Amino acid sequence: MKNKDTIPRQIWEFFCSVKLTVYTLVLLAVTSIIGTVVLQNGTPRQYIDLYGQGVYNLIKVFHIDDMYHAWWFLFLLVLLCINIVVCSVERLSLIWKIIFPKQIRFNPDRFLQGKTKQTFVADQDPDLVAAVCEKWLSKQVGPVHRQKDDSTRIMYAEKGRWTRLGVFVVHASVILLLLGALIGAVFGFKANVRIDEGEQTRTVFTAKTREPVHLDFVIQCNEFEVKFYDTGAPEEFRSNLTIIEDGDKTLTTDIRVNHPLRYKGINIFQSSYGTASPGAAVVTVADNSTGQEITRTLQVGETIPLPEDAGSFQLQGFLPHFDFRGRNLGEAFFGKVNLKGKQEFQIGLPLQFPTFDKMRKGRFSFFVKEFEKKYYTGLQVTKDPGVWYVYAGFVLMILGCWVTFFMSYQSFLIALNPMDGGGTRIHLAGRTNRSAQNLKLKLARMATHLENQFKKG
Amino acid sequence: MNSSFVLSSATFIYGLATVFYIGSFAFKKKVLAKAGFFILCTGFVFNTAGIGLRWVESYQMGYGHAPFSNMYESLVFFSWTMAALFIFVELKYKEQGFGVFISPLIFLAIAYASFDPGISSKINPLIPALKSNWLIAHVITCFLGYAGFAVAFGFSIIYFVKPAQPAKGAISARLPSWEVIDELTYQMVVFGFLFLTIGIITGAVWANSAWGKYWSWDPKETWSLITWFVYAIFLHLRLMRGWHSRNLALVSIVGFVAVLFTYFGVNFLLSGLHSYG
Repeated sequence: MKNKDTIPRQIWEFFCSVKLTVYTLVLLAVTSIIGTVVLQNGTPRQYIDLYGQGVYNLIKVFHIDDMYHAWWFLFLLVLLCINIVVCSVERLSLIWKIIFPKQIRFNPDRFLQGKTKQTFVADQDPDLVAAVCEKWLSKQVGPVHRQKDDSTRIMYAEKGRWTRLGVFVVHASVILLLLGALIGAVFGFKANVRIDEGEQTRTVFTAKTREPVHLDFVIQCNEFEVKFYDTGAPEEFRSNLTIIEDGDKTLTTDIRVNHPLRYKGINIFQSSYGTASPGAAVVTVADNSTGQEITRTLQVGETIPLPEDAGSFQLQGFLPHFDFRGRNLGEAFFGKVNLKGKQEFQIGLPLQFPTFDKMRKGRFSFFVKEFEKKYYTGLQVTKDPGVWYVYAGFVLMILGCWVTFFMSYQSFLIALNPMDGGGTRIHLAGRTNRSAQNLKLKLARMATHLENQFKKG
Repeated sequence: MNSSFVLSSATFIYGLATVFYIGSFAFKKKVLAKAGFFILCTGFVFNTAGIGLRWVESYQMGYGHAPFSNMYESLVFFSWTMAALFIFVELKYKEQGFGVFISPLIFLAIAYASFDPGISSKINPLIPALKSNWLIAHVITCFLGYAGFAVAFGFSIIYFVKPAQPAKGAISARLPSWEVIDELTYQMVVFGFLFLTIGIITGAVWANSAWGKYWSWDPKETWSLITWFVYAIFLHLRLMRGWHSRNLALVSIVGFVAVLFTYFGVNFLLSGLHSYG
């Protein structure tokens, strides 16, 4: 019955072709370049500034702004997976019987007519030679199978039949990796959060959509510390965290870069830091007409009256990077000045430049004398139940590659012919499914070794 | 004697070995290739000593880290891995004709490290992200992978220098036969592929402990994956589609271009997490 051309069969054949594998890999390799050249996950503004509106529309249609998660890229990955599964099923069903035979068979002619054959002569008679060869073959390779054709004695041994499974392990590992990635994407999250020193939170925000995620426990940041080398390069970022579960402090520990905290399936990583917005500052107000100065601690948002009922000042907030006419003046407070009969205006009080506000040459000048500097720690908080599948995939891939590339199925055959007038002619041949060159060298070494054994007697 | 002096010496010795190999090729003198190999081995000893000394010096400076932390150190190590692999292949296969294609690569990498003013040879302390036991495993495996591909590239070039049946007495006649090159290219690609795979994996495990993501489509990661794809294509074409010789050599050359872009292009042209080398 000829059912080769049925449609399901044709589809099956399409998916089990190595051509498809090669084309898919080429497409994956070529399209992957796009995402390394075009900005990923930028804002519309960034794209329009970089490439113009027309190109941005194109980027949007093909999801190039997040191309590694675009439908067509995922489609290529799925195609690769189907291709791998179909190819593996097809090939495994073909060679299963070869890998696990009921009975080991061999065809001496295929060995003896091959290019690898080594032939030499021993003075001893065939019985003795056979005994020596068999012992040696079983030690070097494995159990010896015997056969006798006419006057020719044949011995056969093999090893590494199972190594033919290696290539399937490699391909299974690719599937396992992608499965792990899928599990992580569906059941896990990647989020981050900033916690000021002394503060706590149980809510973190996903990296992409900024959606809140509520944890089963509270993270408290007790302290953040950054150390620098003499060169000014950062040496260490360290956060001291306490985990609070149902009101109990269950764990207090340090985390550093490369030394995260893993707690009940949630991973907490040190990822950034900065100066926390302070809640209060000690502000000095100088009345330049009288030389009088007053110094007071102000809460952010607090308003104080200015001397002689001239108006009011409100401390509005803190900026980590105060931008003044395009220059970054560093950390600064800012506030609002309201003078009677005049329009209110905003002023910046950079901490590095106490006389900055004086240069405004107003009646009142302000500067921040001191404030309690606190850090915030930036934490990456993730959950990834798929990571163990990915790691299992990693291990299998390395083992599978090792077996596939560096181990092989090798079989060896020795044929002995008695010679007229005594002595034995010895043929040594081998076959392998990989690196014939290596086998050739190995056979030559084996032949020399055997020959020497007989010469010694 | 400090590490910079030893490594500069290694550079000059590798340069000399290259000259000998080219001389041997051009003048058809086997003895020059033998001398070239001996000189190259000497360079390798200096290269090894230089890396070791630099390691010791970083401890003396109080930083104490393996010399794999910036572009300069990685280039020096790249030369080392290529030289190690080349010496191994030459000893194992006893073919002397191909040194002329490999020794320039060994020389160029370390010379680039020494002579490009943009590449600082200063020993710097490690930034927090690099402080990990994974650093050594990741760098060694990646560069063994790169070395495998570099040597495979050297072999692939031979296909385009030597015709299948060279005329007797032609310069190229002394190069290894196509059959041998085919086997050697394959062996080198397999070696490179295994180590690139381990390199990517150690990088992923490291990234997961440093940043909480084993894969983030950073340009360095993506380009190493592209390289991996190209060599996966190479292996499938050879093992499953029966490709050999020049066609396959082209794939190996494309693969090496991808390696170069992963190594240099990403650092100089694109931005990402992997700015240190």
